[in-house]
Amino acid sequence: MSSSVFFGISTMSYIIAMIIYITYLAFRNKTVGIAATTVTVAGFVSQTIAILIRWKEFYDISGMGIMRSVPLTNLYESLIFFVWCLILGYLIIEFKYKNRSFGAFVTPVAGLALAFIDLSGMSKEIHPLIPALQSNWLLVHVTMSFIAYAAFALSFSTGLMYLIVSTEKKHQPAYIFWTFTLGIFLTLLITMGIDIMTFRVAIRPEEFIKSYLFRSSFLNRSAAIQIISWISMAAVIFVAWKFGHVLKGVIEKFNISSEILDEITYKSIAVGFPIFTLGGLIFGAIWADQAWGTYWSWDPKETWSLITWFIYAFYLHSRMIRGWRGKRVAIVAVFGFLAVIITYLGVNLLLSGLHSYGEMK
Amino acid sequence: MEGKKTFIDKIWGIFASVKFAIVIFSLISLTAIIGTILEQRAEPARNIKILAKLFGESVAPSLYSTLEKLGFIDMYHSWWFIAFLILFSANIIICSIDRLPRIWKLIKEPLKPMAAEHFDTAPIKREILLKGKPDKVKEVVIGAIKTSGFNYEESKEDRGYQFYSQKGNFTRLGVYITHLSIILILIGALAGITFGFKGYLNLPEGRTAVAVRYSPPSGPSEENTIERIFNALDASWGNISKASEMLNIKENSIKDTLRKDGIQPLGFSIRCDDFDVEFYENSNTPKKFISWLTVIEDGKEVVKKSIEVNDPLNYKGITFYQASYGMIPNVPGWFILRVTSKSGASEIKRLNFGDKFTIPGTNLEGTIKDFSPALSFDNQGKPFTFAEMMNNPAVFIDFKEGGKEKYSGWILKRYQITGRLPEGHIVEFLDLWGVQYTGLQVRKDPGVWIIYLASLAMTIGLFIAFFMSHKKLWVRIVEDKGNTKLYVAASSNKNRAAFERKIEKMISLIKGKQEGGK
Ligand code: HEM
Repeated sequence: MSSSVFFGISTMSYIIAMIIYITYLAFRNKTVGIAATTVTVAGFVSQTIAILIRWKEFYDISGMGIMRSVPLTNLYESLIFFVWCLILGYLIIEFKYKNRSFGAFVTPVAGLALAFIDLSGMSKEIHPLIPALQSNWLLVHVTMSFIAYAAFALSFSTGLMYLIVSTEKKHQPAYIFWTFTLGIFLTLLITMGIDIMTFRVAIRPEEFIKSYLFRSSFLNRSAAIQIISWISMAAVIFVAWKFGHVLKGVIEKFNISSEILDEITYKSIAVGFPIFTLGGLIFGAIWADQAWGTYWSWDPKETWSLITWFIYAFYLHSRMIRGWRGKRVAIVAVFGFLAVIITYLGVNLLLSGLHSYGEMK
Repeated sequence: MEGKKTFIDKIWGIFASVKFAIVIFSLISLTAIIGTILEQRAEPARNIKILAKLFGESVAPSLYSTLEKLGFIDMYHSWWFIAFLILFSANIIICSIDRLPRIWKLIKEPLKPMAAEHFDTAPIKREILLKGKPDKVKEVVIGAIKTSGFNYEESKEDRGYQFYSQKGNFTRLGVYITHLSIILILIGALAGITFGFKGYLNLPEGRTAVAVRYSPPSGPSEENTIERIFNALDASWGNISKASEMLNIKENSIKDTLRKDGIQPLGFSIRCDDFDVEFYENSNTPKKFISWLTVIEDGKEVVKKSIEVNDPLNYKGITFYQASYGMIPNVPGWFILRVTSKSGASEIKRLNFGDKFTIPGTNLEGTIKDFSPALSFDNQGKPFTFAEMMNNPAVFIDFKEGGKEKYSGWILKRYQITGRLPEGHIVEFLDLWGVQYTGLQVRKDPGVWIIYLASLAMTIGLFIAFFMSHKKLWVRIVEDKGNTKLYVAASSNKNRAAFERKIEKMISLIKGKQEGGK
């Protein structure tokens, strides 16, 4: 069977799991909870099989060693790996904290991400590696970066949840911050969805980002559509701000204390930070050193990794300042993940440097 | 309570504070963001275009000139960004000096038995009742403490014993290892900038170089002197002291003259024997860029190595990286063919365009009539050249026997099957040699080892800081109406929950042993 069948099974499983997790939250029935976990694990296993099959396919095509054929060479494959890490991280947390409430948050992200990859017609072709990418350092660099990104994604969602449950009043800065963030996030997701539906192009995702992203909204040729897009974004943010307390009510039903949220945020960053330092920064530098003869060249992707690193260093240290623990550091954790997204996707939008997989000049 | 602070104390206090650290983090991050939006070290027009997109055509030029004056166009080398890095280093160093003595005391301090009343207020505390007198349960308790990985000390109390122990004292240094490694990285980078260079060399196949270009010329160059120096360097295979003897000029003045012209002598010479691009089968995706290099000193070949991207050559601290390649315009080059007759006799031929060759042992004669660096065939089967680079090199060979036309056709380097002649002879097109150059990035960086060492230290430091902790444990056993009361108190500077679980395990071990022992 081909890998796409198994990817399909895992996408379906995560979406079904989401429904079961939500049912579980509503009824708190143990059997339903176990069913949710089982379906998630099934999706995870199926996704693992799919990744292994793709690995094998790549190996057969490239005619290179096993390690040179790891399916982590483009945006499509890296997104899939990211989802895989996210689910793994979630399952670990579910097991350790004996708490299934996050499942209702994580499985939709995983299911939607996989469905997004599928719908967007992201090129699933297997391309053999150009010489600059044939490096074991690059391999561990990419792998560990994504593991760290998944840990940061968890800290982002728990950080955001922390803000949601610990704010009361609508004019509180922390409340405005989280509703704003959520509003922007939703808008960007929706506009991306519209782009995909409008253009329906099956090209490499890097190309998609460069030439199509937001072309049906913020970057449209017609000024009217641009203005409407901005107004809609303002409207979404306003709705998020106006009805934020509803979301708070929902989360409060889950019985997750804000202490646990704070702890998981810290723990995820405590795991993500060293992995990101070693894998993202150090191994990336070693690879650049071997391939180009410069371990650091301040290209935008490198610089954004460094900015991300500094924001998480900011997080770790601000926890030690009296009066910062709590809402303020949670905001820093949210910012950290925004920097991750820019590092991962945004830089390709802006400028191409060494990292945008520059071929030899 | 405390005396008036001097000015120095205040400054020290600021530099020792974590608040100052997060200010620096923010300053570096925020300015770095600007540095990623503006294209660094680019021509003005490019950045003006970016600014026009963001802020409108009208303000872009004046905004650009302001930003340029402030150093944002080359911001990672601007005085203020360097000042941030210096403040950052000072912050880390002073903060460490400020805290280390206290931390060192915590590490070195021997653990003392805990007074009975303090057991109630310990961060982790447990209390259980065991059967039998303290002397009887003592061995079981000691065994459990040891199993949990603690070495213990013992003190006698009036109705029992106390065992106390700590471990992981030194893990408190993890954070400081991490902080120190950041300073080391900056030192390594500085060493590289001060004592190293980064140059570029386009080396044609078959040519030898004794120097590389590393920056545009800075001063007016003395053409004649430069030429004399190069002749002497060529004659001495790049050896600078020999060249200086030959010319009777001081070594340093040779280096200075070259530096003014943006040239860095290597101290030896390097030759490109061949360059080749390998492609994936039936694809235009390159698989390998390979340069065969030879290092020559005193006329002797000392090292031969083929380099690829991700696999450079290092000699005497100078590293050669495969960075690019290209065609040299207007050189004919040599066609290298391997000709194998049906009977198995094989010969290598080096030919010019238009040259003739014969298949060994026959009178079949071939002539090279045409060449394409990148041959392809269109729908009608007509040949055309699809690229200027050697993506699919091919020669067109015309065969005659005894002066009579026999057949002709394209032989492709990447598809050796095209060289099988009807009679069973084989003509392989191995290379068109001498028409390509290899582009080498050449670097000397004595600081890179410091960077690697610091990276290792940082990783170890982070691992210790996040995953290890300084743990303390006190266990008392006291007689209580013929039986024994066991009190446990414990603390840990990190990850208390995990330690608590460990304590739980130790206690259940004691319980289990006691019941099993009966
Ligand atoms: C980007 C640079 C830096 C990195 C990567 C870094 C890393 C770390 C890490 C990982 C920790 C442990 C945090 C935890 O356990 O939650 C830490 C603690 C600490 N850092 Fe930094 N740090 C940096 C810069 C600084 C600076 C500039 C200062 C100057 C004030 C500083 C002061 C401290 C202090 C006081 C602690 C607590 C130490 C302790 O627990 O004994 N750090 N740092």
